[in-house]
Amino acid sequence: MASIETLSQPIYVYEKPVRLWHWINALAIVALAVTGFLIAWPPVVTSGEASDHYLMGYIRFVHFSSGYVLAVGLVGRAYWALVGNRYARELFAPRVHDAYWWQALLHEVRWYLFLVEEPRKHAGHNPLAGLAMFLFYVLGSVFMIVTGFALYGEGLGSGSWAANAFGWVLPALGGSQQVHSLHHLGMWYLVVFTLIHVYVAVREQHLSRQSVTTTMIDGWRVWKDDRP
Amino acid sequence: MATTARPETFYDVMRRQGVTRRSFLKFCGLTASALALGPEFIGTIAHAMETKPRTPVLWLHGLECTCCSESFIRSAHPLAKDVVLSMLSLDYDDTLMAAAGFQAEAMLEDTMQKYKGRYILAVEGNPPLNEDGMFCIVGGKPFVERLRYAAKDAAAIIAWGSCASNGCVQAARPNPTQATPIHKVITDKPIIKVPGCPPIAEVMTGVVTYMLAFDKIPELDAQGRPKMFYGQRIHDKCYRRPHFDAGQFVEHWDDEAARKGYCLYKVGCKGPTTYNACSTVRWNNGVSFPIQSGHGCIGCSEENFWDKGSFYDRVTELNVFGVEANADKVGLAAAGAVGVGIAAHAAVSIAKKKDHEKETQE
Ligand code: HEM
Ligand code: HEM
Ligand code: SF4
Ligand code: SF4
Repeated sequence: MASIETLSQPIYVYEKPVRLWHWINALAIVALAVTGFLIAWPPVVTSGEASDHYLMGYIRFVHFSSGYVLAVGLVGRAYWALVGNRYARELFAPRVHDAYWWQALLHEVRWYLFLVEEPRKHAGHNPLAGLAMFLFYVLGSVFMIVTGFALYGEGLGSGSWAANAFGWVLPALGGSQQVHSLHHLGMWYLVVFTLIHVYVAVREQHLSRQSVTTTMIDGWRVWKDDRP
Repeated sequence: MATTARPETFYDVMRRQGVTRRSFLKFCGLTASALALGPEFIGTIAHAMETKPRTPVLWLHGLECTCCSESFIRSAHPLAKDVVLSMLSLDYDDTLMAAAGFQAEAMLEDTMQKYKGRYILAVEGNPPLNEDGMFCIVGGKPFVERLRYAAKDAAAIIAWGSCASNGCVQAARPNPTQATPIHKVITDKPIIKVPGCPPIAEVMTGVVTYMLAFDKIPELDAQGRPKMFYGQRIHDKCYRRPHFDAGQFVEHWDDEAARKGYCLYKVGCKGPTTYNACSTVRWNNGVSFPIQSGHGCIGCSEENFWDKGSFYDRVTELNVFGVEANADKVGLAAAGAVGVGIAAHAAVSIAKKKDHEKETQE
């Protein structure tokens, strides 16, 4: 396992497609959360004829196009997990069958509880980050995509591709209204992840023994010391 | 009933009831248009009614308020109503039929025997299952027994209204009588769900006529509702939709926007999540429908609509957590807690780092 070796040379961790995907995905999520919230609590136009305005229409348009970006992006990212380097696979497959991984996860938790002086080095994600990314981001986005396209299929109408592919979700989760509520709740699930994720990325850049934020920019994992 | 050489057709019944040939053909035309079929189908319907042996309909009442019957007998096309009623009332409907008591029960028996495997069973209301079904007694027996008995030899079952389709108010939390929709009690027959509280009269007569005239059940969606009436949401055909897309919303019941007839989304209209024909067929001879009268849709044809929070909220309460809270209350609480946690954690991290730097300098 990479983290037991002595890490001193910079490692190319995040290839270009992964970095590009990360930032496009981050933008899409922000756009989805903002427009999604506005769909639930829309701003109000008071003047003129209905035909003079299309505010709700534009908000929904941005939401649905960002939804496509998120979905297509995730499919592309999954494809890259198959053809990309070993680190590209981590997002989808936390190493839960690996005893060392659990031990390293515990170490990371203790690092966050200020119980150990320093974190270990990890070429890819540290186990805690990897687990959070899988549980929050992967599962969360899949849930948002499935429920999102189920709702989208209602607008496209029965017989549309989205209704055919995802229409079953509506009765399975208790009907359209319930799916709206769960989709809405899912937004908060991802918001909570994003808050923690950004905090941790910035914190680790400064406090850990390796580069973090810059790794998602230029792809290279750089080490701050020579110790294992 | 007099025995004729060939089996009695619908046409025979209608003529016997005093319906003229001219009215009969008009009825066929109306039916074709109500079902959105082209003019060429008028002949098909007429031919079917003249030649096919009639299919009797038995209409049972369980735990219900009779609003479905009330709606049904107010169908917009008096002709359709008269004709359909004359076909129905011959058999069994304990609210509408002339017979009562033992005579009525005998008629039920009689039809069931004579048309074994061919009659349609229409059910209004649902059976409560708690206490062995004792919360609804019909003819001296729990309704659930009668339902099972009558369903045994039926060709198909129509579940009238939200009660029969989804349970409706008597099945709302905590559902003390354990009122249960038909499809959870009868599982071996085709069931056509016609939800709504009540369903629209024209939708009801449309479904019955389709089944009687074509001798088959209409095309159903995945939840068992006829596609021709439940294929779209209220929101998809609502005449206030342009205001929705524009962002023109009513925010208070007495504001200027309400007077101007803007979209009712922000005051809780459930049109975007409700499948029904109100915004196209409308009510009371097509005069109006709730949204046109200034009130949001309450989602009466959707499953468990009584248990889905306020009729006047856009973001509705979630019952999943056992506490009254909507997605935003839950989410804001979680995000707020995480935010405070991050701030505290960041403060400790910075303090620690400063300490550490001092130590290493010393
Ligand atoms: C991170 C991902 C997403 C977030 C945070 C998000 C957020 C939201 C929120 C908060 C709502 C309002 C729910 C309500 O209270 O009614 C909403 C509605 C909706 N979302 Fe998403 N969403 C996401 C992904 C998607 C995707 C991938 C699609 C697929 C195209 C999608 C399609 C929809 C649709 C169709 C609606 C209902 C719009 C309407 O009723 O007018 N969403 N979304
Ligand atoms: C300004 C905002 C953001 C910053 C600074 C940021 C930073 C980073 C960094 C530094 C990494 C690499 C972690 C490592 O070195 O192991 C990363 C990975 C990741 N981030 Fe972000 N991120 C941001 C926003 C987001 C958002 C909004 C999401 C989605 C909700 C997201 C999802 C992810 C995922 C899934 C990974 C794993 C990538 C992979 O393994 O392929 N990020 N982020
Ligand atoms: S009034 Fe209701 S159904 Fe009509 S457009 Fe507005 S939200 Fe949709
Ligand atoms: S508008 Fe909505 S609540 Fe009103 S009758 Fe139609 S489906 Fe039911």
